[in-house]
Amino acid sequence: MKRFSLLCLIVAIFGSPLVFSDLRAADPAGAKDSSELKWAAAVDSNAPFAFYDAHNHLTGFEFEIITGIARHMAREPKFIQNSWDGLIPGLGRGLYDCVICGIEITAEKGQEVLFTDPYYITFEQLVVAKGTPPVSSLAELSGRKIGTLEQTAALRMLEETPNVVVKSYAEEINAYNDVCNGRLYAVLLDFPIAKYYAGPNPALEFTGPPFGKITYGIAVSRSRPELAKQINAALGEMVKSGELRDILSRWGLWTPTMAKALKQQADPSLPDTEYKAFAAQFEQEGGIIARLKKYFVYWPVILQGCILTLEISILSMVLAIVVGFLLALMRVYGPFPLKPIAILYIEIVRGTPLLVQLLILFYGLPYIGIKLTPFLAGMLGLGLNYAAYEAENYRAGLLAIPKGQMEAARALGMTHRQGLVHVVVPQAFRMVLPPVTNDFISLLKDSSLVSAVTLIDLTGAYTRIATQTFDYFGTGLLIAAIYLLIGLPFVRLTGWLEKRLSTDRRTPEPKPSFWLGLGA
Amino acid sequence: MSEPIVEVSNLRKSYGDVTVLKGVGFAVEQGDLVSIIGPSGCGKSTLLRCLNALETLDSGTICMAGVTLERSEGERRLDPRFHDLAHELRQRVGMVFQQFNLFPNKTILENVTLAPLVVNKEPREVAEENALRQLEKVGLAGFAKRYPAQLSGGQQQRAAIARALAMNPKVMLYDEPTSALDPMLVDEVLSVMKALDAEGMTQIVVTHEIRFARDASDYIIYMEQGEIVEISDEDEIFSSPKDERTRRFLHRFI
Repeated sequence: MKRFSLLCLIVAIFGSPLVFSDLRAADPAGAKDSSELKWAAAVDSNAPFAFYDAHNHLTGFEFEIITGIARHMAREPKFIQNSWDGLIPGLGRGLYDCVICGIEITAEKGQEVLFTDPYYITFEQLVVAKGTPPVSSLAELSGRKIGTLEQTAALRMLEETPNVVVKSYAEEINAYNDVCNGRLYAVLLDFPIAKYYAGPNPALEFTGPPFGKITYGIAVSRSRPELAKQINAALGEMVKSGELRDILSRWGLWTPTMAKALKQQADPSLPDTEYKAFAAQFEQEGGIIARLKKYFVYWPVILQGCILTLEISILSMVLAIVVGFLLALMRVYGPFPLKPIAILYIEIVRGTPLLVQLLILFYGLPYIGIKLTPFLAGMLGLGLNYAAYEAENYRAGLLAIPKGQMEAARALGMTHRQGLVHVVVPQAFRMVLPPVTNDFISLLKDSSLVSAVTLIDLTGAYTRIATQTFDYFGTGLLIAAIYLLIGLPFVRLTGWLEKRLSTDRRTPEPKPSFWLGLGA
Repeated sequence: MSEPIVEVSNLRKSYGDVTVLKGVGFAVEQGDLVSIIGPSGCGKSTLLRCLNALETLDSGTICMAGVTLERSEGERRLDPRFHDLAHELRQRVGMVFQQFNLFPNKTILENVTLAPLVVNKEPREVAEENALRQLEKVGLAGFAKRYPAQLSGGQQQRAAIARALAMNPKVMLYDEPTSALDPMLVDEVLSVMKALDAEGMTQIVVTHEIRFARDASDYIIYMEQGEIVEISDEDEIFSSPKDERTRRFLHRFI
């Protein structure tokens, strides 16, 4: 009976459609031979490159370019979401065929990946608060606090400028906001970013000449030069047919620099309709109703995030409880080799950061030939991490049961094992319910770390919505409220279980509290 | 005179440097009620716990209800068969603890039926029927559905006796069964033990209840500093103790 239910659990975990579809996505053989062109980008806060618009559709000039390239290659484009830091490692893992995400072609990165011909050439644009005296060279910024993004050419340029205090951000919108509220003197970023995130903001203005020269290229694995060749051919056709110029014109990115590089006419071939649509978002500020309406558009993203967060939290908690229980038994009752193994496991897992463990599971294990799907990596990471904490909870519970209980069981002719199963463990279970509930709530929140392995959970949804609506405050409150709400039923459930298992039945049953256990 | 059902000889037990039992030996016959008395720390509880192997003896022989536990002096490793024998022995011997040690998360009925269900694999109806009979015997007929916390100390101890009886033991061991009880409640436990004696149950009781020892025992073992000082008839030990140490201990009761 027990074996059967364990089997059911395993089937439930591995039978989840999410796991299986991801397994296929992670299959490197499939990535090579299929007629799909799998391309990856970090789409959060990524206008105008590739991003989700207000209606949750993927768009952006890179999206259009890669779609065009795929069409010329007669392949079906398939988008794979990843975090900015994970884009290149994911390529090495064979998660996808190529990366197009405003990646600058540098000799350093050329060691790791193969770049195609550039599809866009641009420069760094300095943005300051309106009314700031004009700046004509980076040297004038000496002593000032300047913001930029992590891992960008702008960061490198700023670091080479003496006496500049560099602040690097994960999201451009936060950097520009800090110029508005006076935390930064200026922000130096790639021109397309500046145009889209600072351009529409009346509190900011562009200053200075174009700094540097940046070329964006599509990255493919070094082991696949034939793919780079095919992409170059497709890109070449798009240049020749004027398709690339059309795309860049509509996005308002057709610059004299580009015209010169491609030896084409300097004026845009089409009006910049895409830019206008994007910039219009900044103007529609409104009351609370308008805001709520705006969030409502995103309910599918929020719902998906909720489901993923719940799914991964519940499955990892089940794993943590099972593994933690075994570890606790090993530590309390185990003979020589088992006991130190359990102690070692608990100390190592508890003593290292969860994020590091997740990254090792997802990006590290492939080096020794183990490839996990993002979902499986997230679930295992959370589950195995929390198992260490659960083990200590159970150990406390087991030790708290008076010795006399086991003695009574043995005096009645039970074996040690029967005593554990029928006498000690059921009592310990009741005792550890409150700390286990506590851990589940904690796990629910820690599950936000799975966005590090490319999953879009509730926190992932927050970043996406906030960077699209430029509203970190309202969206943040909304998402925080959702976390609180989805955690409460579990608090209520364990509260009820605790009362049911209470050993002192003389206390009267408290009236059920209406407020989801808040009063309990 | 029947064959002794309990036979202990040369039983030794020490914890580190402290020797608790210095070669103890005695025999108990079928149906006898034997009280073991003596000052605190004399080793009487350890003796009782050794009898059903809750503590492992260092050397000596324990022969009880047909099972023999034996260790020779200087034998460093425990015979692997020892645990099986101890397990066998415990199934034939019941034990009652000072602190009752009822399972607080189970009803009285569940407490009594657990071992028959788990160890003997009895069908539930059989186990419950037997349990109710045992509860009736200790005067707890109406308490089957209660939880231990809902019972008085005396009731709890009687439930613990019923729990031990449900395994049909050949011998009952009691480790200070009334020491944790309110004086008002002592008698209800002792009368259960007297009733069992009348039924012919073999019982060994470690106790501080000198009056009970005198009234109910077939004979009394007096222990001091890990040794049996005197084994006497219950009248004899009070009227004319053989040993000076016994006299000193009992002078208040004589």
